[in-house]
Amino acid sequence: MMDQPAFNHGQTMAFLELQALNKRYNAVVAVEDFNLSIQRGEFVSLLGPSGCGKTTTLQMIAGFTQPTSGSIMLNGRDLGAIPARKRGLGIVFQTYALFPHMTVEQNVGFGLEMRNVPSHERRRRVSDALDLVHLSHLGDRFPRHMSGGQRQRVALARALVIEPELLLLDEPLSNLDAKLREEMQLELRRIQQEAGVTTLLVTHDQSEAMALSDRVAVMQSGRLIQEDSPFDVYEKPATSFISTFLGKTNSLPALLERAGKRTQIVIDDVRLAGPQTVLANGPVELSLRPERIELTDIDKATLSGDVIERVFLGDHWLFRVETPIGKLLVMQRNLGRRGAEIGERLHLFWEPEAMRLLPRGDVS
Amino acid sequence: MTASGRTTPWLLSAPALALFAALLLTPLAMTFLLSFNSFSFYGGIENTFGPENYIEVLSDLYFYEIFGRTFLIAFITTAICAVLGLPEAYILFRMKPAWRSFMLLVVLGPLLISVVVRTLGWAILLGNKGVINEFLRDIGLITSPIRMMYTSTGIVVALVHVMIPFMILAVWAALQRQDPATERAAESLGAAPLTVFMRIVLPQAMPGVLSGSLIVFSLSASAFATPAVLGGRRIKVVSTTVYDEFLNTLNWPLGAAIAMLLLVSVLTIMIAWNKLVERRYSGVFE
Repeated sequence: MMDQPAFNHGQTMAFLELQALNKRYNAVVAVEDFNLSIQRGEFVSLLGPSGCGKTTTLQMIAGFTQPTSGSIMLNGRDLGAIPARKRGLGIVFQTYALFPHMTVEQNVGFGLEMRNVPSHERRRRVSDALDLVHLSHLGDRFPRHMSGGQRQRVALARALVIEPELLLLDEPLSNLDAKLREEMQLELRRIQQEAGVTTLLVTHDQSEAMALSDRVAVMQSGRLIQEDSPFDVYEKPATSFISTFLGKTNSLPALLERAGKRTQIVIDDVRLAGPQTVLANGPVELSLRPERIELTDIDKATLSGDVIERVFLGDHWLFRVETPIGKLLVMQRNLGRRGAEIGERLHLFWEPEAMRLLPRGDVS
Repeated sequence: MTASGRTTPWLLSAPALALFAALLLTPLAMTFLLSFNSFSFYGGIENTFGPENYIEVLSDLYFYEIFGRTFLIAFITTAICAVLGLPEAYILFRMKPAWRSFMLLVVLGPLLISVVVRTLGWAILLGNKGVINEFLRDIGLITSPIRMMYTSTGIVVALVHVMIPFMILAVWAALQRQDPATERAAESLGAAPLTVFMRIVLPQAMPGVLSGSLIVFSLSASAFATPAVLGGRRIKVVSTTVYDEFLNTLNWPLGAAIAMLLLVSVLTIMIAWNKLVERRYSGVFE
């Protein structure tokens, strides 16, 4: 059931193919029936909260952990029996794992040295790699004399210089402060595209996953629960867990009813026009993003309510509004006017299609 | 800061300082002064002041031999401790926690036993009619016993036994400071296990080897009980010579001079070694 490379290789097969991957530690299931395909040159993120099995998955691809069952195929070869040091993957670790006793050049050149690349070619490739990450002027520094962002670049250069078939990034930006992290996101994307290397990123940071990747694979409790473009994962979350994990949302339990062709949402005594859905009538989970709620006049309002909390975040305001269907988070772009005061009445409007209905509970 | 604020730290550390001054600085200073006094066989210690004792030691080849032997024993002990202790610490470091705590106890075992008892144990093993020689003769490997008692080799073996925990603990501390991901990084870049150990683990463990060897060297160079029991009167080291000067010849000033020379030379060797290693592995040291 797990080994079928002989029939399956060629065009039908993706560049990296994870098939029915399982990992159990005694009674604990870390990864369960995990399937994922990545095309050549693609940037995919494994996104999930800590303990969801994303790091274990990465460790299995890297060869540091043996899967309990399942197969990992890279470019048509089965990685299962190949030890980590012969897989030829580039890995950037969360702590960067630079060798503290070696200079930047020695760090970057280490992989080439292990491959017995002649020294003149090694020097050329090391300097190319350092050019790529804009660090060519710091080749003889020791890592401890460098900033976090610079170490991060060295780690990236060290992983890329061996021209890996696959680049694995394990929470690469989590040790940087917020401002640097945003800069490095753009930088990481540029370097990945310049090097043209197939990349798998593991992260718990949804903004990082969305900013960097072509595709996002969301994991929860060892399982893959959704795999889509960043936009679709955000806009069409498959479960209410994903809708709350990716970005902010108002998640409300509701009842779905149909009157003819129209759907209706019932929360407590309030009836609202509902969106198109394939779900059956009955209890559902309603997800409404705060940025989809607009402020309007009383005659156009879907609902009205009083501001009970407000936070100013520079480019936008965040209000918590007490409405007949519960407390709603409302986001309002900062247009240079003072925001509503606490206790002020706001009239809210949103399109019925802005509401996303999800099956109640998290079982997929 | 107020006056009382300035004196509080001094008051708080006063008991420790008093202890330190009374038990270490005073005897050391008195020994230092004593080493300049003179001694005559009939008159005993005379309260004169001159460098005669130092001149006597430094111009007599007999003492050079003793110092040379002491440092050779200390050096070989340190080298063996480093060669054995480093891999041992690494293996312990990689063990499963339950096994590790048990094995650590085994390693620290020698320190739990009195030095005299432990050394006498070695005497039972190493003697001409000792366990090892009897065994080798019984299985027919030798006809006459191998001399192990009253040799430098015997002293080194016993010293390694008691000193190696210090090396292991020091290397252990250094291993715990290193990022375990560096080993994985090297592995992912294509390094075989031995290469990972030699190129990644070993250099990062060097600060531990340095501090371990400083402890082992200084303790070995000034060890008394082990060379006294296993070396006897024949294999003299500096500390047993000092003991003899004090208690047999009763020439305290000469004994004091030898003790001061031991202190100074050990300090010099340690500082030089420290500088050397720090320069060589500058990347690893903070």
